[in-house]
Amino acid sequence: MTRQEMQERYPMEKRPFRIAAELQAAKVIRAVMSERQLEEVMVDFWFNHFNVFAGKGDVRWYVSAYERDAIRPHALGTFPDLVRATARHPAMLFYLDNWLSARPDFIVPAGPNRGRNAGLNENYARELMELHTLGVDGGYTQRDVTEVARAFTGWTIDRPQINGRFVFRPLMHDGGEKVVVGHRIPAGGGQGHGERVIEILTRHPSTARFVATKLVRRFVSDTPPPELIARVAATYTGTGGNIPAMLRVIFESREFSGEDAYRAKIKKPFEFVASAVRALGGSTDAQGGSALARACAEIGEPLYLAQPPTGYADRADVWVNAGALLARMNFALALASGRYPHVIVELPAQVTGTDPRSPAAVLDQLLATIVANQAGPATRAVLAAQLTDPQITRLSGDDRGPASTDVAKLAALVIGSPEFQRR
Amino acid sequence: MTTRRTFLKAGGCALVAYAAAPRFLLRTARAAQANGHVLVAVFQRGAVDGLSMVMPHGEAGYAAGRPSIGLQPPKRDEADRAIDLDGFFAFHPALAPLVPLWENRALAVIHACGSPDTTRSHFDAQDYMETGTPGVKSTPDGWLARAVKTRPPNQTPFRAVAMGPALPRTLQGDVGAISMQSIERFDVRAGSDGSVRRGFESLYEQGVRDLLHGTGRETFEAAKMLRSANAAHIPPANGADYPRGQLGEALRQIAQLIKASVGLEVAFADMQGWDTHVGQGAERGQLALRFREFGGALAAFAQDLGSKMADVVVITMSEFGRTVAENGNRGTDHGHATAMLVLGGGVRGGRVYGRWPGLARHQLFEGRDLAVTTDFRTLFSEVATHHLGAPAAPLFPGFRATQPSLGLFA
Repeated sequence: MTRQEMQERYPMEKRPFRIAAELQAAKVIRAVMSERQLEEVMVDFWFNHFNVFAGKGDVRWYVSAYERDAIRPHALGTFPDLVRATARHPAMLFYLDNWLSARPDFIVPAGPNRGRNAGLNENYARELMELHTLGVDGGYTQRDVTEVARAFTGWTIDRPQINGRFVFRPLMHDGGEKVVVGHRIPAGGGQGHGERVIEILTRHPSTARFVATKLVRRFVSDTPPPELIARVAATYTGTGGNIPAMLRVIFESREFSGEDAYRAKIKKPFEFVASAVRALGGSTDAQGGSALARACAEIGEPLYLAQPPTGYADRADVWVNAGALLARMNFALALASGRYPHVIVELPAQVTGTDPRSPAAVLDQLLATIVANQAGPATRAVLAAQLTDPQITRLSGDDRGPASTDVAKLAALVIGSPEFQRR
Repeated sequence: MTTRRTFLKAGGCALVAYAAAPRFLLRTARAAQANGHVLVAVFQRGAVDGLSMVMPHGEAGYAAGRPSIGLQPPKRDEADRAIDLDGFFAFHPALAPLVPLWENRALAVIHACGSPDTTRSHFDAQDYMETGTPGVKSTPDGWLARAVKTRPPNQTPFRAVAMGPALPRTLQGDVGAISMQSIERFDVRAGSDGSVRRGFESLYEQGVRDLLHGTGRETFEAAKMLRSANAAHIPPANGADYPRGQLGEALRQIAQLIKASVGLEVAFADMQGWDTHVGQGAERGQLALRFREFGGALAAFAQDLGSKMADVVVITMSEFGRTVAENGNRGTDHGHATAMLVLGGGVRGGRVYGRWPGLARHQLFEGRDLAVTTDFRTLFSEVATHHLGAPAAPLFPGFRATQPSLGLFA
């Protein structure tokens, strides 16, 4: 939908919030229900890498299309394609202000800023190098930032109020010669300068290392093993940034299946919420998705709302704090007790086949289905101790099985347990 | 050891407003170990119009550009008029609850204060003010977190608390800050069922020494501390009446945490709704309503804490100010400098600090905004170093103080 179409479809008072809320709900629903889990994981990963903040002005109009058109098609494609697609998307152009960036003597011809001298905006150029490609220590200077910014002048948004599509405006562009991380780009300019910069940056060895590091951190551990990073970076260089190739190297590596990596990562709130619903064999609809998205926010990760261009961090210390842990436990309780009415969690089904008179058997079954039997002995012991607690082990009125509220409590304890916070 | 507090209780002194306390008592309080000192930061998000908050009625250039949003100059004994402070500046009438604090010299105004960075993007400017590094986006932690880090170790989980759904940038940075929406909800919510809470506690109590278990133990300890202090039910004291709304709720609970003696050192609250581009109003209207809530909440907080305010400093801030002239929608657009307040903690109140740059066109920033004459980092450093004993250097990386200190504290 164009901006104008969106404005027509969504009533004024609710409009911006509705769009963001719908997008959040859709993301959760996909994460819970999709059979293509790796794709959803990678869409989330790349969106975060090329983060835009849905709360900044016009970004809210562009963000659904951004994820759909710039991120998703390339999430399991190649990295340079991702850079090309995000560089020209209005969401990114607006979020990092490149749509305003122009050559030094450009005078705005029309609109509310008519007559003003626009000038160069270096925001996107800096983040493109620092956060998207080379990394902060990737070997670029302030001079390079300015040169890259010059290259992208003219990359702007056509009639933002109505159309909101990418357009290259030669009048805004600074076509002079540029030198970017040692590569000379001859004068002559045009949209080609920005494209050449993308080529230079995505072929740079620092980019291979930076992308590899982020991927290994995502899938293996907060302290990514340097050897694995090197192998993944080599794959990047050898395949032109092919993402499935890099992932294969990671998944087949001994580091990935090794003990050090086992449950080394803490699930981010979004992962935790989606995995909790999936672990309980749950499903959800649109309203359920919204409620679950709100839970993500309560636990600390409001979707699409990471303010800084760095997106949401991928380190445990960011996510593990007192308020967040309580929020996770309370979410586990609410989910298992059916307090998310549109999220269907079939708890009794989890424990069919077990002897209802043996709470221990029920527990074993739950642990098998929810954490695939990977609960540590200490956790098992604690939960087993719970089984002697009269409140947990009542049988239901008709003596047919444990009261479902009690299965719910056990399930809540498992979902809220330390083990389940990890992957 | 006779602390000031025990002295007051034992001595039966019924001091309602700490500011009336004899100066030697205040000096004793400050000389005591920094334990018990609390810094509360209140962020007015959206860029508050400092020229309406603290109106320069003595300034000739004030009224000309503000036909529909300009305040009338103060007039003694006339209600609903700006309230004169010092013959040049006046409070917006809706800030009347703050006047007693001003008159008791417990409240200071710092005008023409702001950031050297010229961005007019809310989100960037808030970021710069929270991280304390204008112009730099890659700073991983906030200035308040850095201030907490410089203090002696403190085992409580409550040393840094933000009231709200998420941890603000200014408290990010590995200091174990907690964000909570409400004290009452900061617990395992299993109704009357204690078994579930016990279950969770046991799960996290296990011997493993990792971040997750460690934090889990702290969490339960924190919730337990709140329960046993009955923090959620500590009533406001001294007749304090918090206005309804987000800020009142937040400050009321921060006061509860202070009174519950849980080891709070730094607290944060924010208030939205200051981005008055359209129909700002003057003595009445949209902005006036915000001021009423803002002033009422701050005044109630000071009243609630009473003599404890000697140990508590509240500092208000906003990412930038607004244009001197009104726009075409009877509102204002994004500006530059704004006004900030400091209350409590022995501040030398009853004064407007900062050099007033004037509102003549050539005195304005870019010909349209109040110019910044006090870098916000000068103000924040002074408050943090004085009140929290934080050494200035690490707080604001890249900042070289070119201005002398404001002299806010005795």
